[in-house]
Amino acid sequence: MKIRNVLTIARKDWLEVRQNKTAWIPMLIVPAIFVVVLPLIFTLLLPALNVSPEDVMNSDADITYFIERMPDQLSQYVDLQKPMESMIVVMLGIMFAPMFLIMPLMFASTIAAESFAGERERKTIEALLYTPASDADLFMGKLTAAAVPSIGITWISFLVYTLILNLVPYTTFQRFWFPLPTWWPLIFWITPALAILSIAVTVLISARVPNFQGAYQLSSSLVILVVALFAGQLSGFLYLSVGIELLLGVLFWAAAFFLVYLAVRSFNREALITGRS
Amino acid sequence: MLDVITCQDLAFSYDGFQALRGMTFSVQKGQVFALLGPNGAGKTTTIRVLNGLLRSSAGQCSVLGLNPGNQGAEIRRRTGVLTETPALYERLTAWQNLRFFGALSEMDAAQIEERGKFYLHALDLDGWADQRVETYSKGMKQRLALARALLHDPELLFLDEPTSGMDPFAARQVEELIYRISKDEGRSVILCTHRLFEAEKVCDYVAVMKQGSITAAGTLSELRQQVTPEIRVRFEFQQVPASDLAAQAGGLPGVQSLEGAGSAVWNLRLETIETVPPLVAFLTANGAAVLSVIPHRATLEEIYLKLQDQEEQVKL
Repeated sequence: MKIRNVLTIARKDWLEVRQNKTAWIPMLIVPAIFVVVLPLIFTLLLPALNVSPEDVMNSDADITYFIERMPDQLSQYVDLQKPMESMIVVMLGIMFAPMFLIMPLMFASTIAAESFAGERERKTIEALLYTPASDADLFMGKLTAAAVPSIGITWISFLVYTLILNLVPYTTFQRFWFPLPTWWPLIFWITPALAILSIAVTVLISARVPNFQGAYQLSSSLVILVVALFAGQLSGFLYLSVGIELLLGVLFWAAAFFLVYLAVRSFNREALITGRS
Repeated sequence: MLDVITCQDLAFSYDGFQALRGMTFSVQKGQVFALLGPNGAGKTTTIRVLNGLLRSSAGQCSVLGLNPGNQGAEIRRRTGVLTETPALYERLTAWQNLRFFGALSEMDAAQIEERGKFYLHALDLDGWADQRVETYSKGMKQRLALARALLHDPELLFLDEPTSGMDPFAARQVEELIYRISKDEGRSVILCTHRLFEAEKVCDYVAVMKQGSITAAGTLSELRQQVTPEIRVRFEFQQVPASDLAAQAGGLPGVQSLEGAGSAVWNLRLETIETVPPLVAFLTANGAAVLSVIPHRATLEEIYLKLQDQEEQVKL
């Protein structure tokens, strides 16, 4: 495998995605909602509208149940004597955490679908196959093209989220409280695993569907993992503690490696031309 | 002369479908070799097998002395391929496309710059080099794809419908370029085309394919001899010759048939071209004023259609 070829292919794919507004606009909108809009609603808008934190916390039986059953590892950060602080910690620091995982899944599947299925759809793959680059160069170039920005944007979003959650409600907390320890494995252990997993799934799907839309829609179904984590946490079945996150990370990485192995096997010139895998 | 490609009984099949069978041919250095045939005949598959994109299921093959089965990357480093569709990145500019493919062909930035400028100029694209390819006409895209195929100075070129979508002027430029590449620079060209008049102009050797195999191959004159062995000659007279002269001429040795008796233009089928001088002598001796004698050589299109007809009749 030649690193120069891998980087050349990745840079070309980034250039193409940059020129494709339909691909990158959602990649700006989603982080903007998750990282800026939602935190500002809880930290600025609700207080400005005189919505009491207790009302928010007691608005749903699930939330009440969620707080009651929270393990010590998480509940130690929730001081119910300070309602505003508690609401922000519970909603934005704990409950919202799994939703952050949507970003690497979504970005990775968008870029990978564009890169793998999109090339086949536009018939540009043939010229690429006639270059001396090896199958491994092509695969790794495209994997890099999808993985680096999806992980990068997620990490940048995390940085912005951290800044907003510490700076905007600073008068309430009088300290920098975020990130909670549970966020570190979530962002730096699980996020890359999910991005790679999503790319591998997209590559496997791209070999079987003829276009970008089909590959994107099918691979987006991985979001169900995030929804399951969110629902599991809300129902009190699964709290994302550091230990659980480390374990989930191992499972996701194992799945990612296995699927990458399958994807590499299916990604060869003959299979791409004849449609066999 | 050195063979750049030799194939012996080459075959390729997948999922039970025999896409190529018994392909035996060779291409010499500096030769323009035409692969002709209807859609689905196996021309593109042949190019893919020769470049190591597909692995042959039987037979032997050597391209530039290398085995496409396990030395595909080395072959592709030394070949240039113009694919059936231009296969360009439309959101990128011409330069971005050339830089990308040049880098993957292991050229350095200075080489890409130098050769890119040369071919963009040679193919009349220098004014458009920084425009996105999506703004190009079909012919411009085809010319840019040709520039991409030539960029890394390949020893062997595969051109799949190179003038598709081009206006006559641009098509002529490309024909001249193909001629220059083969005759002046000694590079070999495999040309797949449906434009038979174009193939006739530039090709040294022709192979006609049908349903995955070569049905006829040879130089144009060999194919002509094979398909239309008789000589057709058009005689034009100043005045309509005497009425019995046509019957006499038609009975002369070597004359197979005569059409146009009773008019000032005759079309004759002769066994050999050597029949012409005694025929002219006979006609002039008998008072016919011969204005012109024009031998008609079957065009590649006529040869191709006849070959396809023969195939159909064999099938029936």
